[in-house]
Amino acid sequence: MRDAVATLVRDGDTVVIEGFTHLICFAAGHEIIRQRRRDLTLCRLTPDLIYDQMIAAGCARKLVFSWAGNPGAGSLHAFRRAVEQGDPPLELEEYSHFGMVARLSAGAARLPFWTLRDYMGTDLPAANPRIRTVACPYTGEMLATVPALNPDVTIVHAQRADAQGNAQIWGLLGVQKEAALASERVIVVVEELVDESVIRADPNRTIIPGLAVDAVVVEPWGAHPSYAQGYYDRDNDFYVGWEPISRDRSALQRYLDEFVLGVRDRAEYVERCGGLARLRAASRVCAGVNYGY
Amino acid sequence: MTTVAARELRDGEVVFVGIGLPNLACNLARATHAPNLVLIYESGAVGAEPERLPVSIGDPSLVTGSLMVCGMADVFQFLLQNGRIEVGFLGGAQIDRYGNINTTAVGDYRHPAVRLPGSGGAAEIAIHARRTVVISRLSRRSFPAQVDFITSPGHRMRGRTRRELGMPGAGPVRVITDKGVLEADAGSGELVLAALYPGVGAHEVRDGVGWPLRCRDVLHDVEPPGTEELTLLREALDPRGLYLRS
Repeated sequence: MRDAVATLVRDGDTVVIEGFTHLICFAAGHEIIRQRRRDLTLCRLTPDLIYDQMIAAGCARKLVFSWAGNPGAGSLHAFRRAVEQGDPPLELEEYSHFGMVARLSAGAARLPFWTLRDYMGTDLPAANPRIRTVACPYTGEMLATVPALNPDVTIVHAQRADAQGNAQIWGLLGVQKEAALASERVIVVVEELVDESVIRADPNRTIIPGLAVDAVVVEPWGAHPSYAQGYYDRDNDFYVGWEPISRDRSALQRYLDEFVLGVRDRAEYVERCGGLARLRAASRVCAGVNYGY
Repeated sequence: MTTVAARELRDGEVVFVGIGLPNLACNLARATHAPNLVLIYESGAVGAEPERLPVSIGDPSLVTGSLMVCGMADVFQFLLQNGRIEVGFLGGAQIDRYGNINTTAVGDYRHPAVRLPGSGGAAEIAIHARRTVVISRLSRRSFPAQVDFITSPGHRMRGRTRRELGMPGAGPVRVITDKGVLEADAGSGELVLAALYPGVGAHEVRDGVGWPLRCRDVLHDVEPPGTEELTLLREALDPRGLYLRS
């Protein structure tokens, strides 16, 4: 992880650490904080706790997003302090979920924009002048457009991949595929490295092809407190517990000092958290299918 | 509020589910009068049958045993924009006279007094779901005459109607509060009082909104939850009381 971040994530980059609730690579976010990256444009549909932490750590110049809350638990207070008090200053570029999905779809398709029937009657275009409109050249209907998003680096957490980076993901897929294929550089982080034959045995499950991947990192528990279907549950208690930590600047700084800056790597983080084994997934293995012909 | 919301749903309908009370309402409906309800979560789980109460729309329990799990591009383009979502549930910090909802910012957008989470999927759900149902506790702060920021459009947005703006869905047809139910008036697009909870007077609802609330000529009584519904809610669906209060 240290080498991948050192080589592939640079100051000023547009960065996506993907995963919609599922497979969010906190390990990569923490390494970026440890390596003191600055001036990043952080993009995610939901900033989640990871970007709240990275904003507090001073990594971010700008946030591109569609929903910045902590579901069922409260707010992302570092995000709110940045926006409400300018502490630290944070530029916002705000969309809706569909808009963010559409930006990455355009990016992955190497089109300059994506059209969607959206935003009419809302104040989002007034808040974000990058949301525009176009008249359909066939029907004349006015449609909303969002510009393509082509990140400099996307970090995808997957259950498994082979050494070439052919990544297999199951459970919620988010916009992992689109973000990776739209991106200049891609880091795939996995719970397990598998042999190519495992990938070839179930090609429908490969979501990101190795041809698009620059580095593969093996990092068990790399998504904690987020989750990896089949490996470990979401640490819902942690998410709820984030509310009081995030609300208090010094508590948040203490958290970063102890669990991010004060650990060498994810393995040491896991040790320091202690007791993560309670989150290990139960077994719900499905039967495979017959790919023969 | 949960049982009233559950009764909004007809068996077999395709519903976009949000977390919290909408999630409880949908699962209650499925356990009672609407066993064939199809639950879709914007995270990509279709036909979800969670074995535990999900605390987020991306909970792993939504995946296990569901009918289909797809990427979010498919959900938003091929299910929502495609017109296949019959009911969307929405909630928000502010709801105004015309059913516009604000989940973005209280005060000025660039220098907000309170920065709220933002749209998420709410903007497109409000536009595309064939109808939306809103659940919110009543208070003057939550029900201003006009929202500071329109995140999810209602019936009249700065004078323009849904039809003028080319919106496919019908918008918020019902707003379920903890004192009464508001409905959108067909002509004006304004929210008017349609039903009261037992023991609640119309003046209490009028006091809870920031505009002169009109009432329908005939006000219905909201049926209180039955014992079966309450038992299901308190014992099976939300035994820890995460979303239900008093």
